[in-house]
Amino acid sequence: MQGAEILLLPGVMPRLLQGLWVTVWIAAVSVIVSVPVGLLVGWLMTLKNPVVRVLMRIYLDFIRIMPQLALLFLAYYGFARWFDWNLDATGACVLVFILWGGAELGDLVRGALQSIPEIQAESAYVLGLTGWQSFVHVILPQALRRLLPASVNLATRIVKTTSLAVLLGVVEVIKVGQQIIDANRFQYPDGTLWIYGVIFFMYFIVCWPLSIVARRLEKRWAND
Amino acid sequence: MFDWSFVQRYAPFFVKGMEMTLFISVIGIVLALVVGLICAGVELAKVPVARQIVRVYIEISRNTPLLVQLYFLFFGLPKLGVVWSAETCAIVGLGFLGGSYMAEAMRAGLQAVPEVQRETAYVLGFTPLQSITRVVLPQAVSGAIPGIVANVIFLFKESSVVSAIALADVMYMAKDLIGMYYNTYESLAMLIVSYLIVLLPISLIGTWLERRFDYARR
Repeated sequence: MQGAEILLLPGVMPRLLQGLWVTVWIAAVSVIVSVPVGLLVGWLMTLKNPVVRVLMRIYLDFIRIMPQLALLFLAYYGFARWFDWNLDATGACVLVFILWGGAELGDLVRGALQSIPEIQAESAYVLGLTGWQSFVHVILPQALRRLLPASVNLATRIVKTTSLAVLLGVVEVIKVGQQIIDANRFQYPDGTLWIYGVIFFMYFIVCWPLSIVARRLEKRWAND
Repeated sequence: MFDWSFVQRYAPFFVKGMEMTLFISVIGIVLALVVGLICAGVELAKVPVARQIVRVYIEISRNTPLLVQLYFLFFGLPKLGVVWSAETCAIVGLGFLGGSYMAEAMRAGLQAVPEVQRETAYVLGFTPLQSITRVVLPQAVSGAIPGIVANVIFLFKESSVVSAIALADVMYMAKDLIGMYYNTYESLAMLIVSYLIVLLPISLIGTWLERRFDYARR
């Protein structure tokens, strides 16, 4: 078990934690912006307009069928050529995760909205609620229960996918780890094992609680 | 604008890359199915110690990214004297990640079949083995198939990450060509087409399988 001392070198853990912060920050921004995008996409998907339907279908299927890494390449290398958008690597990541999260969340929203029987809205209307009131007080609370567990799961997936940012050159936790490994290659040749081990553990510590929350929510709301 | 001669010249690269992608993901997915089956079996049979180990494995595998798992296998393990080729690391990584997803899908399928089905079959004169193979399993399979299909597609897509440990898959080809010739349009177009050619049929077959095994609605 030699080489573990690399973790005790001054600055190693703080730097890794800073890197983790970048990861979490990218994921958090993406998740937060995905929510309104997802709500909008989900609402558009329930519309009867055929053009909107087809467009949304293509958007969702394309995003779903392409590997996230391919989408990142499209945004990072492609958008610069096609639209002259010189996104930096972080921007490309956030953009892709928002488009991806928005699509996935949109599909969840669509499913949740459609799972609520038409009669609920009609009853609310008959009871004297306006359209907006029936949406806010009757439809939304029910849709939210079906939506929330899956959304938390999606957040976990986004955090995990944030690891791909390193392949575009974002200096996040993995990149910081590689820098530390390279800087100490001669003094601590076995540092690789420990640094990657710690990064592995860090991802687990961020994602695991989210998974537990998702499971709890699922169980609690499964029956009502 | 769009340089067709470039596409003609380098399309074979993508065919080669897709061979690598298919090689890694097919073996990785089979490994994941085997691991998943074992884990689901252990959990359902409630084998004492193995069950806790499976639980821990599932939590670890589901809550860490494949890229970090691969880096750990490829760069970290050699320090413990375990030196694997990049191909082996990629396959083991996919199997490690996919095993837990497959296990969860299979378990969900089996648990969706109420206990009373097996009891009823037994009472009606089926032997215990028959009541499982003829009554419980067909229903469990139809419940598990959608999850398994989704996981197969998910794992196939995840295999794009193996380019990070220098395996020459389609992703690697695209990055290489962009880096060498700046033919961004053509390379990205070929990348997209490569994935569409393989993943569209897979997702169509998946939908067909789901319908084929949906005994309840047929």
